[in-house]
Amino acid sequence: MPFSLNKAADSYDVIVIGSGLGGLTTAKRLSYCGHKVLLLEFHHQLGGLATWFKRKGHIFDISLHGFPYGMVKTCRKYWTKEITESIVQLKDIVFDNPQFSLKTTFDRVDFTALLNKKFKIPQTTIDRFFATVAGMNFYDDQSMTTRELFEEFFPGRTDVHRLLMEPITYANGSTLDDPAITYGIVFSNFMNKGVFTFEGGTDKLIQMMTEDLEKNGVMICTNAKVDRILVEKGKVRGVEVNGRAITAPAVVSNSGITNTIYNLAGRDVFSGDFLEKADAIRVNNSSCQVYIGLKKDAAIEDKGDLLFTSTAPVFDSSELLDMHTRSKTFSVYYPKTRPGHDRYAIVASMNSRYDDWNSLSPAAYETEKQALIERTLVDLNRYFPGVNEKIDWLEAATPKTFNRYTLHTHGTSFGTKFEGLAVSRSIFKEVPGLFHVGSVGIIMSGWLGAINYGVIVSNDVDSYIRSV
Amino acid sequence: MTRDDIKDLILEIIKDIDEDADFDTLQSDQPLRDQLDLDSMDFLDIVMELRKRHKLQIPEEDYPQLASLDSCVNYLEPLLKNA
Repeated sequence: MPFSLNKAADSYDVIVIGSGLGGLTTAKRLSYCGHKVLLLEFHHQLGGLATWFKRKGHIFDISLHGFPYGMVKTCRKYWTKEITESIVQLKDIVFDNPQFSLKTTFDRVDFTALLNKKFKIPQTTIDRFFATVAGMNFYDDQSMTTRELFEEFFPGRTDVHRLLMEPITYANGSTLDDPAITYGIVFSNFMNKGVFTFEGGTDKLIQMMTEDLEKNGVMICTNAKVDRILVEKGKVRGVEVNGRAITAPAVVSNSGITNTIYNLAGRDVFSGDFLEKADAIRVNNSSCQVYIGLKKDAAIEDKGDLLFTSTAPVFDSSELLDMHTRSKTFSVYYPKTRPGHDRYAIVASMNSRYDDWNSLSPAAYETEKQALIERTLVDLNRYFPGVNEKIDWLEAATPKTFNRYTLHTHGTSFGTKFEGLAVSRSIFKEVPGLFHVGSVGIIMSGWLGAINYGVIVSNDVDSYIRSV
Repeated sequence: MTRDDIKDLILEIIKDIDEDADFDTLQSDQPLRDQLDLDSMDFLDIVMELRKRHKLQIPEEDYPQLASLDSCVNYLEPLLKNA
């Protein structure tokens, strides 16, 4: 069980601010390296956006929608055997839109067959496309956009573009105009073996991670909001939290990169050159979600685990971001998701812009929220006719909700666009002892990206602590 | 450490990363990455383990020196001569 802040000591080797998957993993790695670690979380629950909430016997997962198979190796190496063994495949990924309807395991073998047989793409083109995206690295040239990549291989085939892009837009908030490498790296990760989930749900995962951290001697404090990062003579000295100073030669912020620079450290500790790069960071979009819980004895037919649905005629990145988008995913949580917890829940997710919701009057905000729920139910009834009678919980979240619980700038649910990565990676060269881990650059986002980035940053932190 | 000790150390670290790694057919002058299905995260693990076990600081620009078993030994031999 996490502690309250008054149990924390006055000094540590490293302080981690924020307990998203990146922060949790950094705390784990650095304790494994032998450092004395303090983990501070402002919320009462750990996990950051890897979170859940309970209502009337339901448990709703916010960001457990499916991750790539790489999670197995990552959890085995950096977490525990028990965590790794709870990872299971989601076999039925459904697409349904005016251009096509299909079911797939979302891996290279099945996609190759679909592209070839259903979409009539020549085998050589498919092979060349897969080889191209699989060979992409984050340090490669980023001038080509995903739109250009698709046009090169599948000119004019808006149906194929939709098949390839729609899931990735929901996975990392990228659009057709982002660098093709941000698409290729994430898409290739999924194509490896398909889509996987954590059996037992987010609550079980975070519980297991918390226990593992405690076993490794990490001091975890919740309800502990860091007011600022203390910098003295150009170097990190610790943090001020709930009015109290705690010292450490290294601080890792798992708060958003923009929050870290502007609100926690403050502009005055950075050089003009660095601030110029930081000011150019575009935070990614946020999300809307509708949480749907079914009555205790109600059941629905298995129609697939993850449904990418749309009634928009073609895929269009801006349509997916529109407040009244006709595109959404349904993550369906059957009783198998949480063995022993015999309930059905559905989470509808849409991409969304903070400003669209933040600019509304309180009354208009409530009206739009209700309209969002109603549109979602209309769409849901296409797959589960008559489901309305089975529902006993309905609730919506908007970008404002995401902002309130995560403190992310503009409620971003996917971190930053590509340029955020270089700023995050170089912050410790600017202020020795100050590190950042969290969703940046599109590729370092999602559950797998966040955990792996935690490992990468831990290496920098460990190296730094041992050198001072 | 002798050259053989260093070789054993590297193989032991790789075994921790991937317990199914097969060293029987490993050619020491060829890239480890191709032969053992190691990715860039695995190389980072090797760097962190060497720092943890032997307080070795390997700068990022030297990571390519860890490509093959032979190049690892050549690079680490002077650094671990008193280990």
